[in-house]
Amino acid sequence: MVTATSERALPSVASVCRTRAGVELKEFFRQRESVVFTLMFPVILLLVFGAVLNYDLGSGVSFTQYFMAGVIAAGILGASLQNMAIGIATERSDGTLKGLAGTPMPKSAYFVGKVAQVFVVTVAIVVILLVIGVAFYGIDPPSGTDWLTFAWVAALGSAACTLLGIAVSSLARNGRSASATVTPVALVLQFISGVFFQFSQVPTWLQTVASVFPLKWMAQGLRSVFLPDALAASEPAGTWELGRVALVLGIWCVVGLALCVRTFRWQDRGDG
Amino acid sequence: MTRTPAATAPGDVRPATPLDPDAAISVRGLVKRYGGSAAVAGLDLDIRRGEIVALLGPTGAGKTTTVEILEGYRHRDGGDVRVLGVDPATGGRQWKADLGIVLQSGAGASQLTCLELLRAQAAYFPDPRDPAEVLELVGLTEKAGARGRTLSGGQRRRLDVALGIVGRPRLLFLDEPTTGFDPEARRQFWALIRSLRDLGTTMLLTTHYLDEAEELADRVGVIARGRLVEVAVPAELGGRGQAPAVVHWTEDGVRRTAETATPTAFVRELAGRFPGEVPDLAVARPTLEDVYLQMIGDPRQ
Repeated sequence: MVTATSERALPSVASVCRTRAGVELKEFFRQRESVVFTLMFPVILLLVFGAVLNYDLGSGVSFTQYFMAGVIAAGILGASLQNMAIGIATERSDGTLKGLAGTPMPKSAYFVGKVAQVFVVTVAIVVILLVIGVAFYGIDPPSGTDWLTFAWVAALGSAACTLLGIAVSSLARNGRSASATVTPVALVLQFISGVFFQFSQVPTWLQTVASVFPLKWMAQGLRSVFLPDALAASEPAGTWELGRVALVLGIWCVVGLALCVRTFRWQDRGDG
Repeated sequence: MTRTPAATAPGDVRPATPLDPDAAISVRGLVKRYGGSAAVAGLDLDIRRGEIVALLGPTGAGKTTTVEILEGYRHRDGGDVRVLGVDPATGGRQWKADLGIVLQSGAGASQLTCLELLRAQAAYFPDPRDPAEVLELVGLTEKAGARGRTLSGGQRRRLDVALGIVGRPRLLFLDEPTTGFDPEARRQFWALIRSLRDLGTTMLLTTHYLDEAEELADRVGVIARGRLVEVAVPAELGGRGQAPAVVHWTEDGVRRTAETATPTAFVRELAGRFPGEVPDLAVARPTLEDVYLQMIGDPRQ
């Protein structure tokens, strides 16, 4: 058997991952649409809702405080699920993925690059929203163990939604059809998951629907960070249910990963 | 059955011939089915190292399917394939490091500049070319700082070629690389391919342009109905070398035509009949287009 391939040493996986992370960050921050929709949309929502719906929820808590948790959850959803579903569907239909699959790039490096993009965008959204909330709407920044809760809810929710977004990208024909499908679904989820309204005001059957998806649990987990514990009484279970938040988001991580492994394609359907 | 060495009879590969382990590409009995019909129906091909082979064939003849199986994008349903000694179905990163692929579809619109795209691509390969030199090679130096999405069609195709060669491939696949080029850009591209050949790069090119195949390829293969009908040097394809020449001239005010196997003797004899120049003299061989159209012509053949 003649070994015909040359024995030139391949670049390390770590160095290719760094290259991909750089590519993904440039692709995101140089595209006006993605910056406006993913990064600025939650900020605009916070400014508008914070100005219009600044009413009192009782116990000296304003709706803006309630909304803070919801808009951060919605921001994470946009940076992970919507961003991945639309971005990867676009790259699949325009041939970018196929081109990469023909190079010696380790496939894992592609996903590491995407995760780096989601991470940086998520941190940027959270920081901007917190700064605006603290500066203009009298939000108390999280303190002590609240930071810990904040970190794991955001990380677990982001991971679940990133995996789901990668899986959903395979269902769409191209980026535009992914956007047309995912954006309305995300909007409906925001309405029924306690982002724009108090979750307790949502009809029970819609609460049940919302409870299937990660957004409701992210918002609930983040409310435990921004609201005084007295308000836990107005949650459906009467507590913040942090254990269940972790459980549901964890299950979505497993389901999302399984879907990704089974459905991810480097080319268009019917193209191999 | 005796083995036919590919070096002495490159166009005459029989199904029973074993794979050529030293060839850049060696294919035996390749089959690919979509639904019930076979897009590739028993294709054989050998490409030597350092050679440029062009594949011609009508749309739907199986060119792109064949090339994408060789590139590792598609699974085959039958036959044996070796590309640089490796079965593409199992080729890993080390194997891909020796390939350059310019897809028909090209790469997508990017927010990165040409130079950034080439630098990123180079970072996947063990021994890449200098991205700035590659831009120079494809004539995009002044577009180094332009974002991928702002390029014209022809410029983007040149960027695709640049991305295909930046990894210093030993084998380069070019699937319809000059579609959308103006004549001048095609000439520049041809010069680029020749300079890559001089560097020892093996190339498999598919094209719709017969002049491009004739200009660039050491050998031309014609694919029709999922099979390689013939592969030969361009001047010999379809028996062109042996085909009778056609001589045209004007005599007594009448346009005359004659077919002859010995055009030189014929013209010498003709010249003796005229005191000066033979009026409207022309000697023609069948063009590559003539023999190509004949080879793909009748689907019932």
